[in-house]
Amino acid sequence: MNKNDTLIKTLIVGICLCLFCSIIISTVAVELREKQASLKLQDQQSKILSSAGLLTPEKDIKEQFKSIEERVIDITTGEFNYSLNPNTFSGKNFESEDYSKNLSTSIALSSKEDISSLKRRENFTKVYLYKEDETIKAIILPIRGLGLWGTMYGYLAIESDLNTIIGLEYYSHKETPGLGAEVNNPRWKALWKGKKIHSNEGNIKITVIKGIADRSSSEINYQVDGLSGATITSKGVSKMLSFWLGDLGYKKFLSKLKEEIEEAQKKNV
Amino acid sequence: MSKSSKILLNPIFNDNPITLQILGICSALAVTSNLYPTLLMCFALTSVLCLSNLLVSLIRNHIPTNVRMIVQITIIASLVVLVDELLKAYDYENSKTIGVFVGLIITNCIVMGRAEAFAMQNSPWMSFLDGLGNGLGYSLILIVVATIREFFGAGSLFSYEILPLVQNGGWYVGNNFALLSGSSFIIIGLFIWALRSWKTDQIEDPEFKVARNNLETKEAGTRI
Repeated sequence: MNKNDTLIKTLIVGICLCLFCSIIISTVAVELREKQASLKLQDQQSKILSSAGLLTPEKDIKEQFKSIEERVIDITTGEFNYSLNPNTFSGKNFESEDYSKNLSTSIALSSKEDISSLKRRENFTKVYLYKEDETIKAIILPIRGLGLWGTMYGYLAIESDLNTIIGLEYYSHKETPGLGAEVNNPRWKALWKGKKIHSNEGNIKITVIKGIADRSSSEINYQVDGLSGATITSKGVSKMLSFWLGDLGYKKFLSKLKEEIEEAQKKNV
Repeated sequence: MSKSSKILLNPIFNDNPITLQILGICSALAVTSNLYPTLLMCFALTSVLCLSNLLVSLIRNHIPTNVRMIVQITIIASLVVLVDELLKAYDYENSKTIGVFVGLIITNCIVMGRAEAFAMQNSPWMSFLDGLGNGLGYSLILIVVATIREFFGAGSLFSYEILPLVQNGGWYVGNNFALLSGSSFIIIGLFIWALRSWKTDQIEDPEFKVARNNLETKEAGTRI
């Protein structure tokens, strides 16, 4: 028998190798963790800023993000929640999806309600407010939903009338490069600016249509050109907007916020 | 040619891991729709391949034969995790696109194949060169595929616009098929064809011969 093949030698080689590899990996992981986290944070913050059209390349992202106020809201009641600290919220800083996995902090969605294939919806989430002179100028809401290959995560920024879209930005998705991944094409993103969410009757009307929207039609305010070759991604975007802006999403929060904003405006007058 | 330069250069055309050994096709399909992530992937695979060959070769005389594959995989997997962590820390934007595929280097047949076939029998320096050569052979194919796919699919190279696309107000209608993974099969296939027409010794003997049409044989029989 080969001297390498004894039980003792096998065990020694195995244990030494595992120890060696695990020490190296854990050292590197610990060393790099902070750097990775800060890059990730920076990426998220730049997406939040850019969805509201606030991102400028001249200034440091951290500096720019200081103008954004983070708030935790209770989606079910539609009110701000002041007991949860937005800075430590969900531990993952930005992803409230953690909450949707916990049975006590989320609700199950029936297949009829769950148009965006989320399975569960969290009760708490973090929203971002941009204020100028103490008046709200933009509200940035996290949204997510199924695209073609997987869940797409993004931010929707709306103006203080709570009906006009400023921008839509995805920070994580698995769509096909060149087709569905064109959700990040600046030209397509620019189409969202100024679109209206609700019809005069108050229904959610915003959709991504198939093909190119008729610029002369009266519906143009509610329609965004579809991404060519990416019908399912386009549909996914429409669906996630109607879910998150609907009753199970931010509808209550938005209507309460609207009252607040209107009251504040009356006081100022 | 000296032995070491032969080991280094052979895998590029004569014994290319993708076109001759048909290994590592999965990542060649997945990451090649844009040149920049492709280059990152080539770099990641080549470094993993070099280091895993080197490490396996260093301890080859102490690896118990019955657990040698586990030892190789442990080394490869550790290196892949290292590369993945480094990528996340230095190029977050691109690690989002190719992150999954970096993890899949562990299962890339080229890495394990070279460790088992070469590094287990050869000295560390030769194994390192073999890793580098195979990495370059892999990179060559990936870069060719990515250049063709990005150029025809998106009209750009390294995301720098060369043919202005219709959706950006230009004249070029992008070939959507080139952006889908399936097109890599065709490009790799054409590449193999070109390479084997050039280096005819790479043509494999057919595994079987198609029998002649029954009717024909009968007729031929009666005629005789």
